[in-house]
Amino acid sequence: MTERNIAQALNDALDVALADPSVVLLGEDVGRTGGVFRVSDGLQQRHGAARVIDTPVAESGIVGAAFGMAVAGLRPVAEIQFMGFSYPAYDQIVSHVARIRNRSRHRFTAPMVIRIPYGAGIGAAEHHSESTETIYAHTPGLKVVVPSTPYDAKGMLLAAVADPDPVIFLEPIRLYRAVKGEVPDGHYAVSLDEAELVADGTDVTLVGYGAMMREVRRTVEALAAEGVSAAAVDLRTLAPLDLDPVVASVERTGRCVVVHEAPRTGGLAGEIVASVQERALYSLRAPIERVTGWDTVVPLRRSEHHYVPTVERIVAAVHRTLEA
Amino acid sequence: MTSAAEASTSPIAISIEKKLEMYRMMLDARLFEEKAHKLFFEGLVKGTSHLALGQEAVAAGFAAAMREDDLTFCTYRGHTHTLLRGAPMDRLMAELLGRSTGICGGKGGSMHLTDVTVGAMGSYAIVGAHLPIAAGAAWAAQARGTDQVAVAFFGDGATNIGAFHEALNLAAVWNLPVVFVCENNLYMEYTPIGAVTAVPHPAADRAAAYGLEGVILDGNDIEAVYTIAMRALEHARSGNGPVLIEAKTYRHGGHSRADPGKYRPDEEVEAWLQRDPIPAFRSRLEASGVATATLDQIEAASDAAVEAATEAARNAPYPDPTTLETEVWADGGSAWRN
Ligand SMILES: Cc1ncc(C[n+]2csc(CCOP(=O)(O)OP(=O)(O)O)c2C)c(N)n1
Ligand SMILES: [Mg+2]
Repeated sequence: MTERNIAQALNDALDVALADPSVVLLGEDVGRTGGVFRVSDGLQQRHGAARVIDTPVAESGIVGAAFGMAVAGLRPVAEIQFMGFSYPAYDQIVSHVARIRNRSRHRFTAPMVIRIPYGAGIGAAEHHSESTETIYAHTPGLKVVVPSTPYDAKGMLLAAVADPDPVIFLEPIRLYRAVKGEVPDGHYAVSLDEAELVADGTDVTLVGYGAMMREVRRTVEALAAEGVSAAAVDLRTLAPLDLDPVVASVERTGRCVVVHEAPRTGGLAGEIVASVQERALYSLRAPIERVTGWDTVVPLRRSEHHYVPTVERIVAAVHRTLEA
Repeated sequence: MTSAAEASTSPIAISIEKKLEMYRMMLDARLFEEKAHKLFFEGLVKGTSHLALGQEAVAAGFAAAMREDDLTFCTYRGHTHTLLRGAPMDRLMAELLGRSTGICGGKGGSMHLTDVTVGAMGSYAIVGAHLPIAAGAAWAAQARGTDQVAVAFFGDGATNIGAFHEALNLAAVWNLPVVFVCENNLYMEYTPIGAVTAVPHPAADRAAAYGLEGVILDGNDIEAVYTIAMRALEHARSGNGPVLIEAKTYRHGGHSRADPGKYRPDEEVEAWLQRDPIPAFRSRLEASGVATATLDQIEAASDAAVEAATEAARNAPYPDPTTLETEVWADGGSAWRN
C-alpha cells in the first residue's frame, strides 16, 4: 500500500499495465513531459519511446491509430488532453471504435482505452472544462467509466486496459491532486460494471460520479449535521449503468437526488431518473430531483462556482424532497 | 501577376510613419503581454493564458498591412493579433481578468478574444479549427464581392491536424482570398515540432501538395513580415488564390500559464533572445536616423496605455452570475427548451 493521489494512482496503473508488452500509451506530450497533467510522468524514460509515444496534435490520428493497433493485437491507451479536444476524434470513436465488434460480427474487437480528463477545475472555460460524457455514454459499444478515488482510479484503469472492449476512461480534473488514499502496489482490478454504495442512509439517496463525488460526500456530512441520514452511490460506470445499488437504496429512502456537472438537458440524470422510476416508482415519496450544470457553455473560473453544482444546491434539492 | 514567392524578394518602400506605427504596435503587444504575465502570477488572470512574447513582429507586420475590413482568425495565442487589429486594449485586459467590461463580457477569457467590429473574428482554442473557417469567410467575401482577405494565424503544431490540410485544399481548389500564416515557434506545446513532423518546414514543405508555393520568412524581422504580408494580401485580393506563409519565430516564455519552458535547450533560448524583434527594429530605426527620443516617446505612450488599461480592468466588476444564463440562443437566454 502506498498513499497516492489520483494522478499518482493513474501513473502507477499505467506503469503496471506497461509491464505487458502489448500495452502502449500514446498522446500529445505524454512522453518527454509526461502529459499536461503529468499522469504519465517518467513512463517514457522507464518503458521507452516505442511504448510511450509522443504524437503530433492530431486527435483523429491518435484515436484512429490506437484503434488500428487494437484490432491488430495491441492494447493501446490513448490520451486526449482535455474533453473538448476529443471531438476531432469523435468520428473515429463513434463510427469505428464503438462499432467494430458488431460490424465484424464479433471477429474483431477494439481492446483500447481512451483517457480523457474532464470537467471544470482549471478554470479555463469551454473545451478545457466541459463534461460531455453523455455523448459517449449514448453510443452503443463504448464503456464509459469515471473513478472518484485513487483506489478506483488505479483498479479501474487496469481493468479498462484488460477489458476486451473500448473504454472511455474519464479523469476528474478537479480531483487529480485533491484526494489521497491508500492504493495497493502491483496489479489489481476494480470491476467496470458496478456502482458502489459509498454511504448508507435512510432518508434520501444521492447519486453522483466522478468529480461531483466530492460535493456528494460533503453533502452527506452536511445533512448528517442537521439530522438527515443520506445514502450516496458513486456510479463509477456510466455505460453500462449499474443502478441496482441506487434502486435498493431508494426502496429504503423513498427519495433520490441525482447530481452531475454536465448540462441538464439530455444529461445522464434524465436517464437515471427514468430508470429509477421504472424500477422503484412505488417506493418514491417525492419527485426525484436533478442537480446539474446549466444549459450553457462552461464559463471562466470566476463564474465556475455558479456553474458547477455546490453542496448548498444539493442540500436544497434534498430539502425539497423532504418537504414534498 | 507575380507569384507570392517572387514578389517577396522585391523590397517595397515603407514610409517612416508606417515604420513608427509598426514599432508602436510591437511595443503595445510586448507590454500588454508582459503585463498579462505579471497579472497571471498575481492570480488575477482567470483560466489560462498563452503569451506571444517574442512573436510580436508577425502580428504587427500583418496587422499593419491588412485593410481595415480584412478578417483575422487566430488561436488561443491571440492577444496580440486581436489587439493590433484595433480591439480596445482596456476591454481585452478586462477579458483576461474575467471582468464584465471584457470584450466577451468576462465569459471567454484569454483564449477566446473576439471583436468582430475590428475584423478580429475570433481566437480558436481547438488547434486547426479556424483554418477551414477562414476559408469559408474568404468564400463569403468573394461571393459578396467585398474584396476582403481572410488571414489565419496558427502554430507549427497545427500543420499536423486534419483541418489544416482540409482548409488548404479547399482554399486552393476554390481559389479563395485567404492567407494562411504559420507562426513556427519550433514547439508544439512541450514537444519539438521536428520530433512529430515528417518534413523540416511544417507549413512550407506542405504547400506543394496543394499547388502552392512554400514561402518561408524571418518572423522576427518586422519589415520582412510587412513586405510579405503586403504581397500576399495583394495576391489574394486580386483573385490569385490562397497564400501559405511560414514565419520562423520563437516564444520567449513557456507554452502557457506558469510553464517555465524547461524542455528547451538554454543555448537555443539564448540565441533567440538575441534575435528579439523589438530591439532589432529599434536599432534599425535609429540607424536610419529616427531620434531616440521619438522611440522613447512611443515606448512611454505604450506603457501608459497598458497601465491605464490594467487599472481600468482591475477596478471593473466581475460578471453578474445571471449572465451565465444569457446568450445561448437568439432570444438572448439559455432556457429556450426547458
Ligand atoms: C484539437 C486540440 N488538441 C489539443 C490541444 C491542446 N493544445 C493547445 S496548444 C497545443 C500545441 C499547439 O502548438 P502550435 O500549433 O505549434 O502552436 P503554439 O502553441 O506553439 O503557438 C496543444 C496540443 C488543442 N488546443 N486542440
Ligand atoms: Mg508552436
